[in-house]
Amino acid sequence: MAEQGTAALSSPRSGGAMDDPTPSEGPFVRWVTEWGSAVVDGVTTVGDIAIFAWKMFVWLFTRLPRRGTILPNFYQVGVLSLPVVALTGTFIGMVLAVNSYYQFQAFGLENRLGVVINTSLVRELGPVLAATMLAGRVGSAMAAVLGTMRVTEQIDALTTMGADPIHYLVVPRFLACILLIPALTIMADFMGIVGGYFYSVVILGIDHAAYLNHSREGVRGFDLFNGIFKSFFFGGVIAIVSCYRGFNCQAGAEGVGKAATAAFVYSFVLILAIDLTLNIFLDALYFKLYPGGTSIL
Amino acid sequence: MNSDNDYEYELDPEPNFDDTSESLIDVDDLSVVFEKQTILQDINVSILRGQTIAVIGESGCGKTVFMKTLVGLIQPTQGSVSFDGRRFDEMGMAELTQTRKRFGFVFQNAALFDSMSIFENVAFPLRQNEVVAETEVRDRVMQHLLEVGLPGEVARKYPAELSGGMRKRVGLARALILKPELVVYDEPTTGLDPIMSDVINELILETRRRYPVTSIVVTHDMHTARKVADRVLMFYPRRRLGPHESQVLFDGSPSDLEHDDDRRVRQFVRGEAGERLKEMSLQSEG
Repeated sequence: MAEQGTAALSSPRSGGAMDDPTPSEGPFVRWVTEWGSAVVDGVTTVGDIAIFAWKMFVWLFTRLPRRGTILPNFYQVGVLSLPVVALTGTFIGMVLAVNSYYQFQAFGLENRLGVVINTSLVRELGPVLAATMLAGRVGSAMAAVLGTMRVTEQIDALTTMGADPIHYLVVPRFLACILLIPALTIMADFMGIVGGYFYSVVILGIDHAAYLNHSREGVRGFDLFNGIFKSFFFGGVIAIVSCYRGFNCQAGAEGVGKAATAAFVYSFVLILAIDLTLNIFLDALYFKLYPGGTSIL
Repeated sequence: MNSDNDYEYELDPEPNFDDTSESLIDVDDLSVVFEKQTILQDINVSILRGQTIAVIGESGCGKTVFMKTLVGLIQPTQGSVSFDGRRFDEMGMAELTQTRKRFGFVFQNAALFDSMSIFENVAFPLRQNEVVAETEVRDRVMQHLLEVGLPGEVARKYPAELSGGMRKRVGLARALILKPELVVYDEPTTGLDPIMSDVINELILETRRRYPVTSIVVTHDMHTARKVADRVLMFYPRRRLGPHESQVLFDGSPSDLEHDDDRRVRQFVRGEAGERLKEMSLQSEG
């Protein structure tokens, strides 16, 4: 029947009778009621997102959208995000060099600066930075576009014309995010490494050969794998959260604005939570597979 | 319905719908509740094939919710809606999708896809639901644009480049391109000047003359209701009714509206504020 994940108007809650006046209650009862209501809302939202994601995965594995629907999303997510990801990656690499140099110099370890810059970049900053830029640039836009489509009834129009909005609107965006964020992560890593090298060697005067040799010794293939593996999850969560917020946009310009803001905030918080969880999991996996600490790649 | 390839319609000035006694839509004990607010309660309506029904009522009375429930966009809290003898809540997704292809829906603000040209908008239902050659898609799109009085060059434009009246006509062309059995119009004349409103009314009548469609027109424009409908349903906000009053205040011919026994019906038809003004001043004082 009515599509899940649509605005509140499309999913009436059953059981409510006519508007019933609330009896007078003490402050404790009100406090419990408010907290209870917040918990129920939170659980309901998580359930809604789970159903929304489930429907998206069902479509993903049963019928892909047409190429003409997918490619504009790939262009929007991948090609248009590339310059900003490359630029921010370069600055992050240089900022790391600036911040780390004096601490390392104090211990006479400045030649090893490349280890900390490059490891930080490929394990953490590259993927998280690319994901943050994607959440800000693409996730908010997705929520705003889908939210506008919701309030102008374009999503309802899709449904009435026999098209499933999740199949038509969400699956292409999910595919674009999940498949292109690893490429953006690699670009952020690469530009960050170039920026860090440039600032360390050209500006700070660290020996070129020593910088590269220590980088090569310190950065494991598993670090690179760690960053790229996490990026798939970041891309997935950005697409699902942003599309969900857009589909559940409240009416009016304010509703669209709130959906776009919420898409970024929730995506960012989830990116960090997933980052922590996957780091713990991947480190445990690494030491389980290679107790001696040898790189697997 | 015509076959898929038979897309050049003959104008039939006096269509003869033999099956007008057969009901196309049955609404049984329909209630829709959002959060704790009852929008619709215990609605029972049957809509016969070939009828043109105007659903009227003041803002907030549940007209749009009723209309969206009729086409399965909103799930009833209680009761059921059947289309051609099949209940929506008993249909699987595949059947529901197939059933929706038998509807045409003209949205209040046309709901055209901003990112697509007018041609792509009108072609969308065809490309989505039928395997047809691009030449046939082009022919059918251009034919439908012409039928709603739009010149061919409009096809290359985008929705933002058109006036409100033109967008509504594009919305009507899009709704008709799959040759639906039911066409639902949501506030088709809202926001249009009187002349363009009448153009839309004429197009609704013309559509009925050309195609064997059942039409539901949700409106608060009495001129539209009188001109296009052969049956009128008037809804009233649930919160302002007594406990045993029906939410459908009027169900009958447009010509009987003026002389209905119910004062609220007469007031609405004449556009008189009546005791609403007193109620509103009481609310603001309260």
